[in-house]
Amino acid sequence: MVSVRSVYTQPSSLTYSDLPWIIEHREDRCTLCGQCTAVCPKQAIYLTYRRQRVPKLDILKKKRGNEYRHFVGIRQNTEVDKMCIGCGMCSSVCPNEAIGPVPNPNEHRSKFHMDQKGDSWKRGGRRNLSGRTVLDRLSFGRISMLTDPALDAGRHEFNANTILGRVLPPEEYIRRQAAGEWIPPTREIFPFVIGSMSFGGLSPNMWLGLLQGVAYCNEVLGIPVVMATGEGGCPPWVLKSPFLKYIILQIASGYFGWDEIIRAIPEMQCDPAAIEIKYGQGAKPGDGGLLMWFKVSKLIARLRGVPEGVDLPSPPVHQTLYSIEESVMKMIQTMSMAFNFRVPVYPKISGSTSAKSVLNNLVRNPYASGMLIDGIDGGTGAAYNVSMDATGYPIASNVRECYQDLVAQGRQNEIPIFAAGGVGKNGNVTQNGMALIMLGASGVHIGKYIMQACAGCLGNELGRCNVCNVGICPKGITSQNEKLYRRLDPDDVAQRVADTFSSIKTEMKKIMAPLGRSQSLPIGMSDALTIDDKDVADRLGIKYAC
Amino acid sequence: MCRLALKTADTPFSPYEVLTGMEAMQEGYDGSGLGLLLRGVSFEDYKYKKDEQIILSGIAHTEAAFKRLQRLMEERGFEQDYDHRFKVDSSQIDTSDRYQYIVRVYKKPEGLTEKELEDRLMQTRLFLRKNGEEHGNDLTIFSFWSDVVTIKEVGWPLQVGDGLGLNDERIKARVVMAQGRQNTNYGINLYACHPFFIQGIATMTNGENTAFVPIKEWLEGKKIPGYMGYQSDSEVFAHILHYVTKRLNLPLAAYKHVITPLKTEELNAHPQGDFLKGLRTACRRLIIDGPNAIIGTLPDETCMLVMDQKKMRPATVGGRPGAWAIASEMCGVEALVPDRDPALDFQPMREHTVIIPPERKELQIWSQFDQFTLSQAA
Repeated sequence: MVSVRSVYTQPSSLTYSDLPWIIEHREDRCTLCGQCTAVCPKQAIYLTYRRQRVPKLDILKKKRGNEYRHFVGIRQNTEVDKMCIGCGMCSSVCPNEAIGPVPNPNEHRSKFHMDQKGDSWKRGGRRNLSGRTVLDRLSFGRISMLTDPALDAGRHEFNANTILGRVLPPEEYIRRQAAGEWIPPTREIFPFVIGSMSFGGLSPNMWLGLLQGVAYCNEVLGIPVVMATGEGGCPPWVLKSPFLKYIILQIASGYFGWDEIIRAIPEMQCDPAAIEIKYGQGAKPGDGGLLMWFKVSKLIARLRGVPEGVDLPSPPVHQTLYSIEESVMKMIQTMSMAFNFRVPVYPKISGSTSAKSVLNNLVRNPYASGMLIDGIDGGTGAAYNVSMDATGYPIASNVRECYQDLVAQGRQNEIPIFAAGGVGKNGNVTQNGMALIMLGASGVHIGKYIMQACAGCLGNELGRCNVCNVGICPKGITSQNEKLYRRLDPDDVAQRVADTFSSIKTEMKKIMAPLGRSQSLPIGMSDALTIDDKDVADRLGIKYAC
Repeated sequence: MCRLALKTADTPFSPYEVLTGMEAMQEGYDGSGLGLLLRGVSFEDYKYKKDEQIILSGIAHTEAAFKRLQRLMEERGFEQDYDHRFKVDSSQIDTSDRYQYIVRVYKKPEGLTEKELEDRLMQTRLFLRKNGEEHGNDLTIFSFWSDVVTIKEVGWPLQVGDGLGLNDERIKARVVMAQGRQNTNYGINLYACHPFFIQGIATMTNGENTAFVPIKEWLEGKKIPGYMGYQSDSEVFAHILHYVTKRLNLPLAAYKHVITPLKTEELNAHPQGDFLKGLRTACRRLIIDGPNAIIGTLPDETCMLVMDQKKMRPATVGGRPGAWAIASEMCGVEALVPDRDPALDFQPMREHTVIIPPERKELQIWSQFDQFTLSQAA
């Protein structure tokens, strides 16, 4: 026994009932195999040796005394940096269903102690706001019935692709064509794009799996899926491969990996799908990229041209640029020129009240070929919790506003608007994406949904997991530790990518067919959308129905 | 579903003939309205001169509106040459607020270039329409153009024809377009009744255009005069035809490439695939969706028929040299040109544009897979 006085409690001492997740362990089922403690990425549970006093109550003996039972058991760590994240890996490896995390409905006092060692809480994941989003609540109410019969999703032919790249006004296209002048490059792509998740953010196996899956979608299934790299460059073998045409290369404010890319240009077999210049991200708007030292492995260090094991925060802005005008002028033109004006170059910005002015600036730049807006529900591999939870701007009204601004100028889709941020957050990926398309987006980027659907990411909106930043991803998706990422088989990921996009395509047809649409993606088909909230309907300029 | 009929012939004929053709297809419409567009017009009691005169069509709903119209036209310097009075039998007409159906011939203003004249006529039509709207819709103006008469009215087509005395042979035309049924997708409104007209170009359609809202928003955003109204989802088809032929100066065969472009795989094998892929991208906002057969006429009396990509609305064309008919149903063609060889009737497929040239000798059947007749596109 330990005396009460000897249990030292400090201000940040917590009990396991203060934590968001409580490990339920059934000693009657446990065989003490130790798999759970071995697999736990947070060391939230540990095997421990305990002694239990067993009072001797033999009344015939004069001498009273104790006996001690010794046993081995599993206990939960209550230190903040080792607290359970609810990932459930312990229960997935337990042969006896003896252990598992359960959410703690109590107020989580751990929230007040996340700033250990004077450092604010950083995490990966998304906003951790559960419940239906505005996107989930939008429904497609315009159903073709009589004058315009609904189409057959299973039998009719559908064209669901979108255009990435600047679209000229028809008059201008005809004029330039006749004069033999430069026509901005465009790509016909699938409207659901695998959003920027960097090589560095993701494990090599995850990246390989995505790439294989994307190639399969394009070359076998005929679904022209493209994926973006995120900041941090692209593995040299991909740059020199014919698969580069499915890749959107991102250049962000840290310029990580760009010397490799520039050096590879003469050896490229084909052009990349596009160049994305990252000015902002929805999950941490106004903040640069962040790759924490845990994940800067030897490979990543080499690829990015940095020492191993150092934090790699990108600056919040492109340091050489002073204003959006200058950014547009310098970066978009320079990048277009680097690829001989054959590759679309577009910026990615965070959703914000100033998105419209950025857009108007782009419309007037002949080399800008799109705009990606990332809203507050976007995900990330690492960011300050406060940025993720409380900074940003929702995507739906932002996209709608931008689109309507273009409509007023008769220039809709000239600069295709792509939307990101929480698409598929609650699993309704096609519905969310198509709703954004009908609000005016030409396509959407999906990141976390892809991780969840294609690699089994465990994170959810109840604060589950969220450890992408520290390289201990229990599924091996966002880890650079080979012991962890070997858990993920790239072939399986590729299979899931193909499954996911095939089913998105089917669901798109199931949405388009009842609306009587098959020839072109219903971009801006706002008459099809309804919502059961008058204010939202007014704000988005769609029908209110209840 | 509406029923459409068009007849084009070398010798002018009574529009009532087309109404009887409509009657053959009577099961296909509900008698809620009639739209008629006449081109190559001749009047029994007046020698109309196409090169020198223009015709205003519409309805004055009150006497005040009629007088105002007269005054406004005078103020704008249009000199009236002839006023066609229909012998109205009001017992056959459902509506009561029709003071006068207007078909008035004016002198063409002089000293204007062709472009200036076209703009002037359209601006005048829009001005009068706006003026009517400002006065509680007491004035409805359908067209103002040389050689075009437009009549629209609520009611059963044949009954409307009887009510307006169209069978008295006093008015004839070489091209007549007719559509049964008012607009049902949006509000009932005389302007929403087919055919739609802009600067000599007219189309009528059945079915519904699902892509209406984005197309409408784009056309409106262009701020091109005349691209307005849109009381019907298919009014955009006339404006797209206008845009393609007048603004982009592309041949008529390009219309189909704009509204229902070929697939990428098909264009990859097309002789002008690169140009057409670019055109598809540039005009992507004009792609129509939904079941539509679009029948149209151009100022030179060319007639045309195209289908939507899935060919979900029937339409057939038949005739003989000198007289051709396009109708939603075979029985419509039969009623309009009975003395043709029915074996030569043609139902266009999704890739076809049927063009009846002004000389009316034979049909041109244009396939989207054919080479495009455009030097710059080669």
